[in-house]
Amino acid sequence: MHDLTLAEMCDGLARRAFSSIELTRHLLARIAAANPRYNAFITVDEAGALARAETADARLAAGDAPALCGVPIAHKDIFCTRGLRTSCGSRMLDNFIAPYDATVVERLAAAGAVTLGKTNMDEFAMGSSNETSYYGPVKNPWAPDCVPGGSSGGSAAAVAARLAPGATATDTGGSIRQPAALCGITGLKPTYGRVSRWGMIAFASSLDQAGPMARSAEDAALLLQAMAGFDERDSTCLDRPVPDYRAALDQPLAGLRIGLPAEYFGAGLNPGTARAVRDALAEFERQGARLVDIRLPHSDLAVPAYYVIAPAEASANLSRFDGVRYGHRCANPRDLRDLFMRTRAEGFGAEVKRRILVGTYCLSAGYYDAYYHKAQQVRRLIRQDFLDAFAQVDLILGPTCPNPAFAFGAKGGDPVAMYLEDIYTIAANLAGLPALSVPCGLVDGKPVGLQIIGNYFDEARMLAAAHGFQRATDWHRRQPEALAEAGA
Amino acid sequence: MNWETVIGLEVHLQLATRSKLFSGAATAFGAAPNTQACAIDLALPGTLPVLNRAAVEMAIRFGLAVHAEINPISVFERKNYFYPDLPKGYQTTQLARPIVGPGHLDIELTDGGSKRVRIHHAHLEEDAGKSLHEGFHGLSGIDLNRAGTPLIEIVTEPDLASAEEAVAFAKKLHAIVTALSISDGDLSQGSMRFDVNISVRRPGEPLGTRTETKNLNSFRFMERAIHKEVARQIDVLEGGGRVIQETRLYDGDTDSARAMRSKEEANDYRYFPCPDLLPLQVDAELIERLRATQPELPEARRARFVTDYGLSDYDAGQLAGDTATAHYFEAAARAAGDAKLAANWVMGEIAARLNSAELGIGQCPVSPEQLGGLLRRIVDHTLSNAIARQVFEELWRGAAADADSVIEAQGLRQVSDSGAIAAMVDAVIGANAQQVAAYRAAPEAKRPKMLGFFVGQVMKASGGKADPRQVNELVAARLAEDA
Repeated sequence: MHDLTLAEMCDGLARRAFSSIELTRHLLARIAAANPRYNAFITVDEAGALARAETADARLAAGDAPALCGVPIAHKDIFCTRGLRTSCGSRMLDNFIAPYDATVVERLAAAGAVTLGKTNMDEFAMGSSNETSYYGPVKNPWAPDCVPGGSSGGSAAAVAARLAPGATATDTGGSIRQPAALCGITGLKPTYGRVSRWGMIAFASSLDQAGPMARSAEDAALLLQAMAGFDERDSTCLDRPVPDYRAALDQPLAGLRIGLPAEYFGAGLNPGTARAVRDALAEFERQGARLVDIRLPHSDLAVPAYYVIAPAEASANLSRFDGVRYGHRCANPRDLRDLFMRTRAEGFGAEVKRRILVGTYCLSAGYYDAYYHKAQQVRRLIRQDFLDAFAQVDLILGPTCPNPAFAFGAKGGDPVAMYLEDIYTIAANLAGLPALSVPCGLVDGKPVGLQIIGNYFDEARMLAAAHGFQRATDWHRRQPEALAEAGA
Repeated sequence: MNWETVIGLEVHLQLATRSKLFSGAATAFGAAPNTQACAIDLALPGTLPVLNRAAVEMAIRFGLAVHAEINPISVFERKNYFYPDLPKGYQTTQLARPIVGPGHLDIELTDGGSKRVRIHHAHLEEDAGKSLHEGFHGLSGIDLNRAGTPLIEIVTEPDLASAEEAVAFAKKLHAIVTALSISDGDLSQGSMRFDVNISVRRPGEPLGTRTETKNLNSFRFMERAIHKEVARQIDVLEGGGRVIQETRLYDGDTDSARAMRSKEEANDYRYFPCPDLLPLQVDAELIERLRATQPELPEARRARFVTDYGLSDYDAGQLAGDTATAHYFEAAARAAGDAKLAANWVMGEIAARLNSAELGIGQCPVSPEQLGGLLRRIVDHTLSNAIARQVFEELWRGAAADADSVIEAQGLRQVSDSGAIAAMVDAVIGANAQQVAAYRAAPEAKRPKMLGFFVGQVMKASGGKADPRQVNELVAARLAEDA
């Protein structure tokens, strides 16, 4: 049953081939058995999931079931869930239970989805390997000695290991696409403002965007359909109609103009990854798409600009964790200063502290212009690069990451080497553009992701392109050998 | 040797919105601690701000009232610092691009002239919560009810030259914001708080080093604090010292001030545009709609009181300055049918009684309708002034619903029956033969003064109820006719 795609599960539930309770029990049992191995979940909500499944079955029986009625999913532990702990991967929020649901959680619940639990992540979404989680790293189901990517590594591993057909995730600099690529699944970061950020714990507010992770573009479309839309509680959420993503999936690829940025195929790209991406591009061409060489001249500035802007915003966003109102508080503070300092020293891990320090520095008097202001100027240049490119092409394709999954600890001593793993994903966040990753090959038995960047609010076209590719290929159906051998 | 004083003000004005600047929580004052703070005000993770439209409109109304430019685009920024009553660890405020640009306000000087005070800008921002240091056994309590309350901070140029000018400006500002109904203007509850930047210099010299005295919440404290700080700076300079740029705290209870922190210790607030809020765009249409519906401001009202009610410029100024007083006066004048009489009572009896009871006009136990009803009985000669004051007393005590019921219940109707008065006059003249003879023997010039004795006796006999005008006439006539 766990091998079914999310769309197939919807179908089976609607046909009453199986009940939501059966499906939910089955996945809960898989999680119980597999989570010690993958560490994909921080919190599993067995009682809540079964209660929701029961409600879903009643609605399915009554015939008034919404789109995702009875389908179990997982939420990244960055989304607030009423009554269920939301840790954000941090000791700081190890005891935090929100009195509200994130809009994303609320909408998926309204669509009938059943929440299995909360998935592991890099602390406050800061990381590309899931090694910064207070709850320990997530293991990549394809290679247990390798990272799953980050920060949404728990959601990616849960989907790849067939513990859930789909999961929510967030992407600030590649946190959906990079783990999707490294775990061989499909992940979509929508246009900034497409999905509400209400109830999603902020890392870098101007870059953060929620999106779906699933095994196929079709499944991602189903999840995005429920997640997207205007929310007056988020002032940066745009009030634009949400198209029918699933209905748009069958648009043909013929005639599509696909831009290939020279900057995404240069030095630093793993040759195996490059080969897999080239092969995928050939498939697009075979289906009638036209490949166009383009330039994104300011690409090399994306990582430095990002590592000014994101930490700057984070340094303020994370100030609220002060031990006064909720979350971790140090024992027996001597005075106010001691309360603030020790609470934060104990509550935050090393990477979070590093970014708070960098961000605070960049905003300091005398440095603001040289760093923050300059980075904002770079950001506008990067956006302009894309606007110029989209005047010539419909989509931009390239690798999601320079390399397949790397071993635990491989980049632990060198934060900059880690940051460079996001070299192809960060620009889309700076520009606010939608981007997705689909599996397009294996290198040394580890998955490779193809990135599709679209114009603003062009998610339907991107999903259709991904779907067209997936209809002709089977990379998205591959599963880790360990799973196959376990008799999946 | 003479010194010049240079003063600039920063005024924090609490806006009278129902909900907070970025959340739907209520802003009412005096609720139990932490009962008016929602998830956004508590800065729970994942919460986001949504700007309160009413606060924006109020800021624009203020800007229009002080002839300021309204900036079509303004930007909210984060001002970062850690404090337990600042839940997000930053205050959302405006810095580089405030909503209200340069404007001005004219104040009247004691010599009858006027002075233009330039306003540098005014910006929207949220208030912090409160730290409570008493009653927690050595710990501090945090009340976040005030956190997120909308403020506008109004910043003047250093155009004020004395404590008196600063107070005149503050009072004028108070009159305007209450007229606009954008603030309740209740200084005692912190609705209007003043930070005063003060420096002194020799005439013709460049500006001296300034200090900032923070959080003055009454006109009286502001005046005293300025006098004190000016004297201190002059002392320092004349003693050969130099003024240190610092923030000072004035304590009204002890009439003393102390340094809080020097500039060297000042925080680096690391301002940057708030990424949770898009730049605020104000279109011309909104500005025009607000301009068209601006309430009457004190200056216009004063002119109207002179032309419509025939009040003197001074009286009109007294009544028009404070919106609540002006409304009270106009309602009383309508009910009385005599604006000048109403003006005299509002500025006289009412003002005196409120003052001694330490009440504002809003808490006056006598409603303007009640006062007007009373005054109507003076106008129609039912009551003498003396008896009217007696009736007013009953209304003030809350003993009666209106003047007429007091008059009825206590039989206070003025005696205007000329037969009854004539009888009393006869009785008084009969009983005072000696004085009558003296009156008649007196030269004409002295008589009016002597007449007062007889009038007083008749009034006394009537228990004050006789119409004094009538008594006067009758006594004069009787004394003349028997001569």
